[in-house]
Amino acid sequence: MSPKTKLVLGRYSREAKEWPSCPLSLLPEEILRRSMDVGVVSDEGERAATYLQIDHSVVLQAVQEAFKGKIEVMSTREALERYSWLKDYWWKLVRADADDYTRLADSLWDQGYFIRVFEGEKVILPLQSCLFMSTENINQNVHNVVIAEPRSEAHIITGCTVHPNVHSGLHVGVSEFYVKEGAKLTFTMIHSWAPEVEVRPRSAALIGDDATFISNYISLKPVKSLQMYPTAYCRGEDSRVSFNSILYGVGESKIDVGAKVVLQGEGSRGEVVSRAVATDKAQIYVRGFLLGEREESRAHLECRGLLLSDEAMIHAIPELLAKVKGAELSHEAAVGKIAEDQILYLMARGFSREEAESLIVRGFMDVSILGLPERLSRDIKRMIDATTLGAL
Amino acid sequence: MSCRRKTGHLDILRVENLNVEVSGRTVLKDVSFSIPEGEVHVLFGPNGSGKSTLIKTILGFPGYKVLSGSITFKGEEITDMPTDERVKLGIGVAFQNPPAVMGVKLGDLLKEMTRDGEEAERRISTLLKELNFPRNFLTRDVNLGFSGGEIKKSEILQVLAQDVDLMILDEPDSGVDVENLQVIGEVLSRRLKGKSALLITHLGYILRYVDADVAHVLIDGRIACSGSALKILGQILKEGYRWCEKCPRVKGLRCEGFP
Repeated sequence: MSPKTKLVLGRYSREAKEWPSCPLSLLPEEILRRSMDVGVVSDEGERAATYLQIDHSVVLQAVQEAFKGKIEVMSTREALERYSWLKDYWWKLVRADADDYTRLADSLWDQGYFIRVFEGEKVILPLQSCLFMSTENINQNVHNVVIAEPRSEAHIITGCTVHPNVHSGLHVGVSEFYVKEGAKLTFTMIHSWAPEVEVRPRSAALIGDDATFISNYISLKPVKSLQMYPTAYCRGEDSRVSFNSILYGVGESKIDVGAKVVLQGEGSRGEVVSRAVATDKAQIYVRGFLLGEREESRAHLECRGLLLSDEAMIHAIPELLAKVKGAELSHEAAVGKIAEDQILYLMARGFSREEAESLIVRGFMDVSILGLPERLSRDIKRMIDATTLGAL
Repeated sequence: MSCRRKTGHLDILRVENLNVEVSGRTVLKDVSFSIPEGEVHVLFGPNGSGKSTLIKTILGFPGYKVLSGSITFKGEEITDMPTDERVKLGIGVAFQNPPAVMGVKLGDLLKEMTRDGEEAERRISTLLKELNFPRNFLTRDVNLGFSGGEIKKSEILQVLAQDVDLMILDEPDSGVDVENLQVIGEVLSRRLKGKSALLITHLGYILRYVDADVAHVLIDGRIACSGSALKILGQILKEGYRWCEKCPRVKGLRCEGFP
């Protein structure tokens, strides 16, 4: 480990107890409850597969009987041992030396999930994974690889969270997504951290011909600092990517979330949509970078921010870079407070000022931007409602 | 003073000697009128005469400062009451130019507003049919990208779903095409029967459908004239608002009988 990596690791501990394998139903109640807060369903039958990691231990990796032979889920350590070809997917989209956090994840690697959806398989039930930190002040570095083989379809829900007793820690998550020709992969990541937890996801996706990658990100709880800027390379012809995020900054959270779309294939399309709400003293940077490298490509960036406190801040930074003519890039950004005329309008319908604000905020964090199936959409809406109703 | 008219009912709304200031300017001057329960009143007035100010003052919007006078609703003085409490007493307003509320679905708003489950849902379904308002509007953001006619329908739908005791309809006939005007007119004609309402109209189109009992004319922040709705409309159509300015009975008619 280089001196700089040591510096990043800082005061965080690498000591964690070993967790034995166990089904979700036998997990300690507070762990299960927290997992459910980030979209994990305790009835494994409702998910095609489940991967659960607590600290540095793989606790569960199971594929439901009906989906065996259609999907594979295991820890990346096991997958690398089993498949020699996997090294061609390992640290290939994200560089191991990209920054101090990737270097940390490279030198101190604590598992992560490998998910493969086999060619032509359309997996109707979502797959779920949960990366859990249960030890105070721990450092967890996961490295995930997801491969959607040609013409496959799947939906993955990943929840990352901490034990109720954990207030501080450092989570680094490297994820590499390969969405092959004609495949459709929807990845929904829900984070629920604690006020002293630092979070550094490092992700990238490679999207093939006629393939679609939808990446949703939801963060509703306090966090010390969260910084991520995933990149999607739309390399295939007519490839599509859509990054959607719903961010609720509370307390003294520092959130810096962006998405980069690199249009490399003819007819490729990209979309980055975000909704950010900042309250208390939260600081939110919302970035977006659209890079048009190929003609007949198109991408759009939409960022809306809502400020609920005079001490909070939202900084929208949209960037467009066209390198060829015929790359159409556009953006719209709007940041502001709740409009008084909207509050009064709702008050004229019988809502109190607080109820009107809450209605507007909940509506602002519009789950329909995520393009999720109805049931999941409803679950996430419920989480958002619970967060904002509690906060306002 | 109790005002009794043809219905013999007590006033549902009484506005007395109301002076209202907006941004340092007195907009409403000594406005008095009352609506007995079960009557439909019309408020006429040229642009800028203070009609919308009067509605927003009745609702208690901030920025509409009552310098003197009072507003009484169902016998209770509401002059200093917060907007939502007034509304809960049973006042509903269909606005002329409501804001778009991004992210808030019309259906969700109706659901939260009515809060009485199945009964409200049935009422909303019936209203949608009556208004010829497609159901998919329930999944759209309130007023976002709605046409003029759609905004009016959405407002009327909301205020009828609220099931209030006094409906205030601000220009339900402006910016609406002939077909939609007919739909809106017929719905209001049915739904306002026996109800208390204050109808604001600039051009009076809606009065082809709705039988109004009494009209008031607001000019330059004052009630210039009150009287039979049809008679006043006829005169305004003939002579414009100059007729009202000439009217000898500018005051004194408010709580007496009407010709």
